[in-house]
Amino acid sequence: MPDNMQTIYIWIVLAPLIGSIIAGLFGKKVGRAGAHWVTIIGVGVSCVLSIIVFKHMVFDGADPFNGSVYTWLVSDGVKFEIGFLIDKLSAMMMVVVTFVSLMVHIYTIGYMHGDPGYQRFFSYISLFTFSMLMLVMSNNFMQLFFGWEAVGLISYLLIGFWFKKETAIYANMKAFLVNRVGDFGFLLGIAGVLMYFGTLDYATVFANTDSVVGKTIQIIPGSDWSVLTLICICLFIGAMGKSAQVPLHVWLPDSMEGPTPISALIHAATMVTAGIYMVARMSPLFELSETALSFVIVIGAITALFMGLLGLVQNDIKRVVAYSTLSQLGYMTVALGASAYAAGIFHLMTHAFFKALLFLAAGSVIIAMHHEQDMRKMGGLRKYMPITWITSLIGSLALIGAPGFAGFFSKDSIIEAVGLSTIPGSGFAYFAVLGGVFVTALYSFRMYFLVFHGKERMDEHTRSHLHEPSWVVTVPLILLAIPSVIIGFIFVSDMSFGNFFGDAIKVLPQHDVLGQLAENYHGPFGMILHSLVTWPFWLALAGVATAWFLYMKRPDIPGMIQDKLKFVHKVLDNKYYVDRFNEIVFAGGSRFLGKLLWQNGDVRVIDGVIINGSAKTVGWIAGIVRRLQTGYLYNYAFAMIFGLLFLLGVFVLA
Amino acid sequence: MFVDWPILSLVIWLPIIGGIAVLATAKESRPMQTRVLSLFVAILTFVLSIPLYSDFQLGTPLMQFQENTPWITAFNINYHLGVDGISMPLILLTTFMTVIVVVAGWEVIKFKQSQYMAAFLIMEGLVNGVFAAMDAALFYVFWEAMLIPMFIIIGVWGGPNRVYATIKFFLYTFFGSVFMLIALLYLYFKTGSFEILDYHQYKFSLEAQTWVFIAFLVAFAVKVPMWPVHTWLPDAHVEAPTGGSVILAAIMLKLGAYGFLRFSLPITPDASQSLDWLMISLSLIAVVYIGFVALVQQDMKKLIAYSSIAHMGFVTLGFFIAWRIYANTGSYDGAVMGIEGGIVQMISHGFISGALFLCVGIMYDRMHSRMIKDYGGVVNTMPVFAGFMVLFAMANTGLPGTSGFVGEFMVILSSFKANFWFAFLASTTLIIGAAYTLWMIKRVIFGEVVNDGVAKLQDINRREFMFLTILAFMVLLFGIWPAPLLEVMDASVVNLVAHMTQSKL
Repeated sequence: MPDNMQTIYIWIVLAPLIGSIIAGLFGKKVGRAGAHWVTIIGVGVSCVLSIIVFKHMVFDGADPFNGSVYTWLVSDGVKFEIGFLIDKLSAMMMVVVTFVSLMVHIYTIGYMHGDPGYQRFFSYISLFTFSMLMLVMSNNFMQLFFGWEAVGLISYLLIGFWFKKETAIYANMKAFLVNRVGDFGFLLGIAGVLMYFGTLDYATVFANTDSVVGKTIQIIPGSDWSVLTLICICLFIGAMGKSAQVPLHVWLPDSMEGPTPISALIHAATMVTAGIYMVARMSPLFELSETALSFVIVIGAITALFMGLLGLVQNDIKRVVAYSTLSQLGYMTVALGASAYAAGIFHLMTHAFFKALLFLAAGSVIIAMHHEQDMRKMGGLRKYMPITWITSLIGSLALIGAPGFAGFFSKDSIIEAVGLSTIPGSGFAYFAVLGGVFVTALYSFRMYFLVFHGKERMDEHTRSHLHEPSWVVTVPLILLAIPSVIIGFIFVSDMSFGNFFGDAIKVLPQHDVLGQLAENYHGPFGMILHSLVTWPFWLALAGVATAWFLYMKRPDIPGMIQDKLKFVHKVLDNKYYVDRFNEIVFAGGSRFLGKLLWQNGDVRVIDGVIINGSAKTVGWIAGIVRRLQTGYLYNYAFAMIFGLLFLLGVFVLA
Repeated sequence: MFVDWPILSLVIWLPIIGGIAVLATAKESRPMQTRVLSLFVAILTFVLSIPLYSDFQLGTPLMQFQENTPWITAFNINYHLGVDGISMPLILLTTFMTVIVVVAGWEVIKFKQSQYMAAFLIMEGLVNGVFAAMDAALFYVFWEAMLIPMFIIIGVWGGPNRVYATIKFFLYTFFGSVFMLIALLYLYFKTGSFEILDYHQYKFSLEAQTWVFIAFLVAFAVKVPMWPVHTWLPDAHVEAPTGGSVILAAIMLKLGAYGFLRFSLPITPDASQSLDWLMISLSLIAVVYIGFVALVQQDMKKLIAYSSIAHMGFVTLGFFIAWRIYANTGSYDGAVMGIEGGIVQMISHGFISGALFLCVGIMYDRMHSRMIKDYGGVVNTMPVFAGFMVLFAMANTGLPGTSGFVGEFMVILSSFKANFWFAFLASTTLIIGAAYTLWMIKRVIFGEVVNDGVAKLQDINRREFMFLTILAFMVLLFGIWPAPLLEVMDASVVNLVAHMTQSKL
C-alpha cells in the first residue's frame, strides 16, 4: 500500500504545521484553549501516525520508502526535490520527536499558564515539530538543510521567547550565530557533495561512493586532501553547531534562558540530536574517511568529559541539566566516531526520554519554587512533590547508567564499543567516556541531593506554597519515566547488537566494533550481570557515593574544596573562558574590523580621496575654466583677436 | 488571447502616460483622486504585464513579444522591443513593486503628492523600457531617462542631506553611463547596427573586447553597485523617501546586473573570461568587506543598503563563475546554476530589501528617526509589525524556506565547483549576514521599551498590513517553490552559457 503510506507521511508533517499556523495567525480568534487544543491535536495525530509507521517498518518489516513529493527546482540538470526517506532510522526518530513533542505540548498547558504569549508558544513548538520532522524524514541534503536551519530559527524564537529579558535576547542571537558557524561548514559540505556526486539525493550519493573514494582536492596548494574527508569534516562542522560540540557548544547553556518546556524538547531531546542523526545517516560517507572519524571521536570525547566537569560547579538547576546534555551529546558523538552509529542513535533515543524527563521535572520544581532556579535555595523537596521526586530519581538513574535503566544499555554499549575501536583518538576517547561516567554520577546526584534531600533552604513563604503542580505537568513526567526505565531493556538486543537499522546505517567490516561485541552478547540480563564487574558500574557508584558524602553527609566539605582549589574552580566557573574569548576575539574583532573598513575604506579612501577628491579636482579646474567665460564682450573679443594673431603667426612661420 | 497585443509597449507607455495624466488632473484639494488614479494605473500595468508570464513560451531562448518599428532610419535605430526568460521576470518585478510603492506612499506623502506618484509611474515605464529594449540606442535612452525621476524623487522628497546624495548619485551613474555610450557607439560603427542581438554575433579581437568590457563594466558596476564604486548607494538610500529606497533597491540595482547578462557576457565573452578574476574578486570583496561594514552601521537604512551591496555580490559572483568551473573541472556543469542563482537572487533581493526598506519606513513615519539607538522593544507596542520585520530579516539572512536562500544556495553550490575558497568566502555571509541583521533586530525590535516614543507607537494599519502580507507571501512562495521562476529563465540562461563559452576570437 505505497500510495496510502505516502499520504500518511505527508499528514505526519502537515498536521503540526496546520496546528501551528492556526495557533500562530489566528491565536486571538481561537483563544488560549483553542490554541492548545489545535496544536495538541495536530501533534497527537502526527504521533499516532508515526507509531503506525514505526510498526509498519519495524514489526511488519516493510521495505524502506523513498519518494519525492514535489520538485523544488531544476537547474543545470540537477533536480532539487522535497521528498521522504522512511526507513527504520527515520521511523524511530519520528516516534521520538512526536512523542516527546506531544508530552511537552501537554506539559506546556501547565507551565505557560498565565503567560501572555501562550498561543505564540504553542505555535512555535508545533512549527518546531514540523521542521524537525522535515529534517529526519528528508531524502536529500537540500531538505535536510531546510529542516536544519528551520529548527535553528525556532530555537532562536523560543530562546528569546521572553523578549523583554536582555539575557534572553542576547542568548538567542548567540545561539543563532554559533549555529550559523556550523551551518557554514555544513553548506560547504553539501556543495562538495553536489560537486562530486552530481546530486543531493541520499540514495544516489550513497550508491556512488566508490566513484569518489581516492579522489583528492587541493585546498591549500601542494597538499592533497581526500575529497571524502573534506566533505565529512565540513558536514560534521554542521553537526558540531547543532549538537553543541566543543568549541561550538557555547550557545547551549545560554539557551536555558528560554522557557523550560523548550529546553526539554529542543535543547535536550530532539533538535540538538539532529547532528548525531545526520552523521549516522551519512555513515556510508563517514565510514570511508578514517581521518574524519578520528576528528569526530576526539571532538566528542572532549565534549563528553570537559562539559561534564562544568556541570559540577553550576548552581542553576537548569544549567546542570544543560551541561549534562552537552556531555551526553559528547557520548553520542564518540559513538559515531567509533563507527558504533547504532549505539549512538540508541543513546540518542534513551537520552531523549530521560533528559526530557529531567528537564520537565526541573521545570516542575521551578514552578513549585515560584521560578527560583538556584539549587542552594532548595532542599528537601521530596516531601512536597512526590511524583516529581520519584520521576527525577528515575531520570537520574537512567542518566548515570544504573544497571537496568534505559541509559545503562545505551551508554554501556558506547563505552564498550569505544574500548574496542582502533580509530586514532579512541584511546583518549575511552579514557574520557570512562571518566565521564564518574563525573555524570557526581553532578547528577549532587543535583538530586541538593534539590530533593537535605535541609529545606527556601524561605518560609515559598515553603508554605510548595505543592505538586497539576496533572498536565505530572502526567507527562510519568509517561516519560516509563520509557526511561524500560526502553533500553526492550531495544538493546536489536539496536546495539542486532541489525535493527538495516541498510540505513553502513559500517565497514574493519570498523564493526558493535558486531564484535555482539559475539559475546547474551541478552539484556547477561549485560546487566556482566556490568557488575566492569569499570563503568563502579565509577558510577563511586560518583553517587561521593555526591552523597559531599552533599548529605558532610555539606561543609564542598566549600573547603572550593577554597583549596580556587584556580580550578575559577576556570570551571568561567567555563574555560571560551565565552570571554569569543566575545573579545570574534565579536569584538568583527566590530573592530567593520569600523576599520567603513571609516577608513569607505569614508576616508573611497569617498574622501577618490570621489570627493575628484569632485574637488573638477571644481578646481572648473574654477579656472570659469574665468574664461566672463560674459564680458571685450574679453571674448580680446581672445578672438589673440587667437587670430596666433593662427596667423603659425601659418606665416610655417 | 493577448498574443496580438503590443504588451511591452503597453507596460512601458501606459504608466508614463498615466503619470502625466496624474500630473494633469491633480488638485491639491482632492488628494484621494490622485491616489486612486495612480493606483489604478499601477495595477492596470501590473495586470497587463501578467500575460508576459502566462503566455510566455517555455523552452526557447528566442525573444518573445517582439515589436519592431523603424525609429531613426538615418542611423538604423529601431523601436525594437522583446523579452526573454531573463528580462521577463524583471519586468514583472518592476510592475509588481510599483503597485506596492504607490500603496506605501498613500497617505504618507503629503507634499506634492501627485508629482511623487507621477515620478514613480513614469520611472516604472522607463525601467520596463530598459528591460524590454532590443535596440541599443533605445536602451540607452531609457537607461539615462530613468535617472531623472529618481533624481527628482530623492531631491524633492528626500532627507536633510538630499542635495549631496542626489548629486553623488547622479554623477556616479552618469559617469558610468558615458562609458557605456562610447562602447555602444564603437559597436555601432563596427557593425552598422544598433541591434543588441547583432552585437552578440559580432566577432572582434581580445584587445577591443577588453576595452568594450571595461566601458560596460564601469556603467554596470556603478549601478549594481560593486565595490569600490558603491558609496553612492548608502547615501542615496539614507536620503531617499521610503518609496525611493524601495525602487532603488528592488529595481534599479538589478539594471546593472541585467546589463552584464545582456551586454558584457554575450558581447565580450573572451574579455569576460580573461577578466573573470577581477569580477570574482570584486564580488567576494562585496560579500565579505561590505558585510563587516554593515555590522557597524548605526542607521538602519544604511545597514540595509550595505546588506544590499553584499547580496548583489552573489549575483555578480554567479554570473562570472563559468570559466573557473571549466578550469577546475573541465566542464561547464554548474555555470548555468551560477547564473540562474544570480538571477533568482536579483528577484528575491527585490522583495526582501524592498520589504525591509518599507519596514524601516513604517517606523520612520512614526518616530522620524532611522537610528538604531532611538529604538528598542518595538515588539511590545507593534507586535504584528515585529512579526513581519523578523520574517524579512530572516529572509535577508538567507533562511531556507524564504526566497533569500535559493539564490545564495545555488551560487555557493556552483562556486564550490570553481574553487573551494570562493565558496568558503561566499558562505561567510551565512555568519556575517546573520550577525548584522539579527543584531539590528535585537536592538530595534526586542528588549524592554526604551523611550516614550516607542511606548506610544501604533501598530501597523490595514494598508501597511496588506502590502507587507503580499511581500511576505512572495518571499515564502519563492522560498518554498522556486521551480516556476527557474523554469521561465532556464532556456535563456542555457543559451547564454552556450554562447558566452564559445570564443569569438
